[in-house]
Amino acid sequence: MRPNRRSTMVAVFACAGLLAFAGPADATDIPAPLLAASCDTCHGPQGRSPGAIPAIAGLDAPALRASLSGFKQDRIPATVMNRIAKGFTDAEIAALADYLGRGEP
Amino acid sequence: MRPDRDGRDVFAADRRSLLTAGAAGLLAVTLPARAHAQARGRIVIVGGGFGGAACARLLRRLAPDLSVTLVEAEDRIVTCPFSNGVIAGMDDIGAITHGLDALARLGVVIVRGTVTDIDPGTRRVRLSDGVDLPYDRLVLSPGIAFKWNAIPGYDAAAAETVPHAWKAGPQTLLLRRQLEAMADGGTVVITAPPNPYRCPPGPYERASLIAHYLKTNKPRSKLIVIDAKDQFSKQGLFREAWAALYPGLLEWVPFGQAGQLVRVDPRTRTVVTDFMEVRADVLNVIPPQRAGSIVDGPGLTAGGDWCRVDARSFESVVVPGIHVLGDAAIAGAMPKSAFAAASQAKVCAHAIVALQSGGEPAPPAMLNTCYSLVAPDYGITVADVFRRGADGAIIAVPGAGGVSPSGASAAVRGREADYARGWYASIVAETYG
Repeated sequence: MRPNRRSTMVAVFACAGLLAFAGPADATDIPAPLLAASCDTCHGPQGRSPGAIPAIAGLDAPALRASLSGFKQDRIPATVMNRIAKGFTDAEIAALADYLGRGEP
Repeated sequence: MRPDRDGRDVFAADRRSLLTAGAAGLLAVTLPARAHAQARGRIVIVGGGFGGAACARLLRRLAPDLSVTLVEAEDRIVTCPFSNGVIAGMDDIGAITHGLDALARLGVVIVRGTVTDIDPGTRRVRLSDGVDLPYDRLVLSPGIAFKWNAIPGYDAAAAETVPHAWKAGPQTLLLRRQLEAMADGGTVVITAPPNPYRCPPGPYERASLIAHYLKTNKPRSKLIVIDAKDQFSKQGLFREAWAALYPGLLEWVPFGQAGQLVRVDPRTRTVVTDFMEVRADVLNVIPPQRAGSIVDGPGLTAGGDWCRVDARSFESVVVPGIHVLGDAAIAGAMPKSAFAAASQAKVCAHAIVALQSGGEPAPPAMLNTCYSLVAPDYGITVADVFRRGADGAIIAVPGAGGVSPSGASAAVRGREADYARGWYASIVAETYG
């Protein structure tokens, strides 16, 4: 994850102005590895799910972004992901998708 | 409905001046993240449950130069998640029992032992066998302790015959054996504790799965939940399911109807409340709880039951250099769950790496999803997304999270049951696999 953290930060900060009044305090500068840290708890280590929950390993950034945005806007049906995706700003979803799409843990 | 909340705030640590924090924040942003690889120091973690083990693992991955020692009293971890399935005869206890070998292979030094003393002054942890472990940062993930005798008559000795089964292991098997030995037509009583406690929906999942066992094997039996509360986690969904699956078998008695729990007689398995007296054939008392007692030595609860922490690092606001994770911490809107502990552990690990390389913790991002099984093919969830609010407390992001829909199809309930088992497979794989 480390070499690309800066570019993620840039992506997040580029939108920081937009987000300043959109979410709770601190929400604009959360590094992508922290944003993504709890995905594995359902989707498995490095996104490789050992059980019934869909794996996310191997999905690229555009696919992840489309899914997360679709869950957030209730355009894609889900069990819990529509409830979870609503907790992320669009910029956070973009940062998450870029980060996870690189296949990093 | 939200999961039960602690209803307390997490206060931001105020030890660093604004100037320092500002400068360090700038550093954290501008320094290449490679700096994290240079994090050095000795991290001692106490408790190999989901919080402690997840923290140890991530620390090793993020910062190979950190020395990470995990102190755990048991050879193997028996998880509370899915222990209700073992009680109800759906799973073997082996299915919820996990070793720490994978952590050892990742370079975590595993020390089997019990902590008898913590000295925050010299930064040392002493074990019962006399071994001293020096630390730069100490992470405590001790889980809960019971408030014995808070219910008159219910103490550690009583638990030998009247199980709490709220720490998984021998207690889990004791309750299972008692259910198996009970004759058809018997009465099972569960007493549910006051907030806050480990696993807010847990008592109601347990009631559900025991009801499933009784319905299948001993259909003339009855199950009564005597609650210290009038509301509980996922209440609407549980009650919808109970009405459909266990009518006449499972009865929930709220606080307003039962009144205060006056005493428990372990010999006759009798529960006496202000307004009722019930003699059970199998009695499960889930007692009131507090942080694991290891936090008392350094005074981490400051006279309360739980430990106040900084939401960015889970470092104690009472004693610097000691972090507290999971059930033992006051984490604002987060419930005391395995998922929450693992999520907090990751925030804590990232913060420790930042702090040990001269930086500042980043703002935290945390999640929780609590799956409950109401029957083997009927699952329900509550999920939330957590951030640090403007006042430093952990808040659930408004407009996000919540519970499964009411009135959903059997297919949806079935999928959530499959995902409940999938979640368990995933969290075990990421923690112990």
